[in-house]
Amino acid sequence: MNSWPLWEVFIRSKNGLSHKHVGSLHAADAEMAMENARDVYTRRNEGVSIWVVESRHITASSPNQSEALFEPANDKVYRHPTFYDVPDEIKHM
Amino acid sequence: MENITALEEQFQARIDADERIEPKDWMPDAYRKTLIRQISQHAHSEIVGMLPEGNWITRAPNLRRKVALLAKVQDEAGHGLYLYSACETLGIDRDELLDQLHTGKAKYSSIFNYPTLTWADIGAIGWLVDGAAIMNQVPLCRASYGPYARAMVRVCKEESFHQRQGYEIMLTLSRGTEEQKAMAQDAFNRWWWPSLMMFGPSDKDSKHTAQSMAWRIKRFTNDELRQRFVDVTVPQAEFLGLTVPDDQLSWDEERGHYDFGPIDWDEFWRVVKGDGPCNRQRLRARRKAHEEGAWVREAAMAYAEKRRQRAEAAQSEVA
Repeated sequence: MNSWPLWEVFIRSKNGLSHKHVGSLHAADAEMAMENARDVYTRRNEGVSIWVVESRHITASSPNQSEALFEPANDKVYRHPTFYDVPDEIKHM
Repeated sequence: MENITALEEQFQARIDADERIEPKDWMPDAYRKTLIRQISQHAHSEIVGMLPEGNWITRAPNLRRKVALLAKVQDEAGHGLYLYSACETLGIDRDELLDQLHTGKAKYSSIFNYPTLTWADIGAIGWLVDGAAIMNQVPLCRASYGPYARAMVRVCKEESFHQRQGYEIMLTLSRGTEEQKAMAQDAFNRWWWPSLMMFGPSDKDSKHTAQSMAWRIKRFTNDELRQRFVDVTVPQAEFLGLTVPDDQLSWDEERGHYDFGPIDWDEFWRVVKGDGPCNRQRLRARRKAHEEGAWVREAAMAYAEKRRQRAEAAQSEVA
């Protein structure tokens, strides 16, 4: 028997905040994944909105790519406000 | 070979720096295996743990107790699911995990192989068994493996109500009639020692502790946690007016801890190896539930497939 696919669950805890990954579960389709997510991840008012995404649809970066992806940002200090010298008497900046 | 050694050193350096390990990171095979064993055992314990309590749902003394017990058992199902998901991130799938439970290859906490004979057992389980579980689980919120630690944060948040509802049951019984008080004492007598055994073998006999501590999966040894449990629980028993079933229990002023009598490790190993009062009954109940649920799992897949085809047909009509 083929088993239920895996889904990733994202919950918005209240309006104004982003959905955040909370875990995963198995379900036969999106509608049942939603129902399961309600029971498994929001038994105590943890959310006002749920996203479920079948895990196989997520493309994730690999830890091996970390250098290539994230290191270029390390030496670009000029992207941060503290890189620029502004005299103390200048206010509101 | 050298390559592996270098990777292992880097890995240990990350652990020592208190970094978290995530699913796609490189990890030693033994670390992965240890986590699969521990997390799956933990998940199985939540699932099997529903059985002794489920026994009393229909016979709870009133509606307040009944909704609380229902919610607690439902939480345990949820905890099992969080933990199975965390375990699956290590590359083992759910069917294999369930197979290991059903064939007896994987273990679950031995405490659930004891029967729930009276209503007071529900109080004693919440107070002692969940109390011991919390003692074990709080440090796991800082375990080195990210998905496990995150699942434990959710579990711990929910577990505190379990212990309080148990203590409330014990309090009500111990302030009740002589008969009710005797029932509370009897449950306490039966659950005290198995609860102490929940922390696992004594440090000198625990084959996994040293490595698990080095990997920061565990943060405290079995004996440390057991001592902490005794220290916080004895005053709670005194408040109830119940007697701890241990005539060697005494406060050690110098150590600042309670001394307690020897644990019957023969009983512990007997139950671990399958000869507790309810081992066979528990496994039979799990297998039966799984087998009798097979048609539901298949029907859900068939229904999902039918809906998918209908949606596709509707799409092509529009096009």
